[in-house]
Amino acid sequence: MRSQAAITIGRLAGWASRITGRGAGTQVSGRIMLAIDPGLLTKLGSKDRVIAISATNGKTTTTRLIADILRGAGLAVVTNHTGANMASGVTGALAAPHKASIAVLEVDERWLTHVVGPLAPELLVFGNLSRDQLDRSGEVHAIVDRWRAITEAHPETHVIANSSDPHVVFAAFPARVTWVALGIPWRLDATTCPQCSELLTWSDDGFACSACGFSEPHADYRLEGEYLIAGERRIHLDLTIPGTWNLMNCALAATVAEAHFEIPAEAAVEAMRHVEVISGRFSKHVLEDGRIARVILAKNPAGWTEVLKWLAGRDAGVVLAVNAHIADGRDTSWLYDVDFELLQGLSVVASGERALDVAVRLRYGGVECIVEVDPLKAALATVGKEVDIIASYTQFTHLTKRFW
Amino acid sequence: MESVLRIAVIYPDLLGTYGDKGNALVLAHRAAERGINTEIIQVDARGAIPEACDIYLLGGGEDAAQVAAAEGLRAAKATLERSLAAGSAIFAVCAGFQLLGNSYAAADGSKLEGVALVDMATTAGSNRIIGEVLIEPAPSTGLPLLTGFENHAGRTLLGPDESPLGRVTARAKNGDANNAGNGTGVDGVIRDGIIGTYLHGPALARNPSLADYLIAYVTKSVLEPLIDTLVEQYRDERLAFASLKGAGLKRATRRLHRG
Repeated sequence: MRSQAAITIGRLAGWASRITGRGAGTQVSGRIMLAIDPGLLTKLGSKDRVIAISATNGKTTTTRLIADILRGAGLAVVTNHTGANMASGVTGALAAPHKASIAVLEVDERWLTHVVGPLAPELLVFGNLSRDQLDRSGEVHAIVDRWRAITEAHPETHVIANSSDPHVVFAAFPARVTWVALGIPWRLDATTCPQCSELLTWSDDGFACSACGFSEPHADYRLEGEYLIAGERRIHLDLTIPGTWNLMNCALAATVAEAHFEIPAEAAVEAMRHVEVISGRFSKHVLEDGRIARVILAKNPAGWTEVLKWLAGRDAGVVLAVNAHIADGRDTSWLYDVDFELLQGLSVVASGERALDVAVRLRYGGVECIVEVDPLKAALATVGKEVDIIASYTQFTHLTKRFW
Repeated sequence: MESVLRIAVIYPDLLGTYGDKGNALVLAHRAAERGINTEIIQVDARGAIPEACDIYLLGGGEDAAQVAAAEGLRAAKATLERSLAAGSAIFAVCAGFQLLGNSYAAADGSKLEGVALVDMATTAGSNRIIGEVLIEPAPSTGLPLLTGFENHAGRTLLGPDESPLGRVTARAKNGDANNAGNGTGVDGVIRDGIIGTYLHGPALARNPSLADYLIAYVTKSVLEPLIDTLVEQYRDERLAFASLKGAGLKRATRRLHRG
């Protein structure tokens, strides 16, 4: 009775939010539902099969790719919208009218405990963990410990996890794990052993701790360049979406498809090949001067590092649009954790509310730039056949609203 | 023989969580503008801390990393002391600053022994001190207002013979300046050859005068003024932001103008 009232009132609020143009409405409706019936998530979880995907980077993309693969295989899927990845967003998504399905849920890494408890997912997917918004979420170890507590409490749960990331390995270990070696381009948060805090040793075989024996597990699936290796099979990940980071997301999604849903990885890749845009990420827009601008979201040092490497291999104009609201992280010192030096010689504009932080960082990195706070004006000020706009979270959401 | 200003970045893989390695870039840039050649030496977690570098930089880090860093620093105490006696400087931020003291008591009750170059002790508080801050340095330093972002749980108590780098005059948004910095309304420490602070930013990118102070100290020279208009514009923006509540900055500015 209470649950039904919660759902009805929450849906009304979501509808109000949508028609007034405030947002998708999932978050707000979920928040109201949980306020009226705090036990609602447990009840909702009993209806669907649930899988939860979490990571510092790539969780939205991986979730969307898995949902596409499952739908392509004829399965009914319910999933949450981007950004609606805390308890309220998940509640809103599951309370939407739908027939019994597989719920493919992106969950914020800090909220995983709150979602796993009530929903008891049959599969957890762990991508990577690195520093992110340190002023808000605290340090990486705090999140690792919370994830580890989940797998210790649910050792029977199937987990598909990145064996290259020591934090992820430590967090996943107590459960029934399928490992996929995705690589770990950002290693600066993994200098010490998550199990015993001694220094980790890194080699071609990955990481190992000489003090406690913690080491990289053998993986059944492995990403090698543009190929997913599964036993004797080499599956080419010929994707439309750009960058090494998306090869990692796709390899993870394909492993989930095969190792958990028995959909061959080859079929999974086929379902992902033509995906172009994911919740506004990588979307292309025509500028006033006729050039194409592509919008890319980068949220933290690991994410920015991958994007900068990709930019260095292109010859496009670059706009770096950075804000420092809560959702971006209020501390901009991460700018110095990332090799902006890679942009030397490119046409670069520092933009966003924190354009001056960016410009000063570029100054010390020997990168020439101009300053223009508005990212669309900034895009017009670049030289190059195309323009890549790299945006922090609130810049990204604002830009995608302006474009659509 | 041409002299080179040697800047040692100590354990960037342990004490590099908050962009503090940027401090090395700023020092190198400001020295080069004065015609001083520089060399940046990165000392990774397993590396030995070299003697006779001009400026040693220590940054912020997580608890586990701090334990590993403390071990290496304690082992290098004699090296650091000899270098300091020969005129070198140490600039330490956050976890690195805490390690210069006698001890760090973590939230779980465990106690970490520091390198004890400064008489001070740090205890992890129940909550983190996070936000934009302004520091008014002691007048004897000749330094202008310092801007930065702090994010730490540590509360640092200086011994009776130690002096703080400055007083916290403003905290952005809902911050309370009296509890900011070391947790007591003052920030950091300053003494011959050593500056410690909780300011990230990185601190020297936001406060080039602090970089110049270090360069002048180790080169035993008076540096030519160097005004970087972009950086000054950035500083103005940050100074205004940190004092959104206003009063602290106004008081501090008045005092500086009187002085």
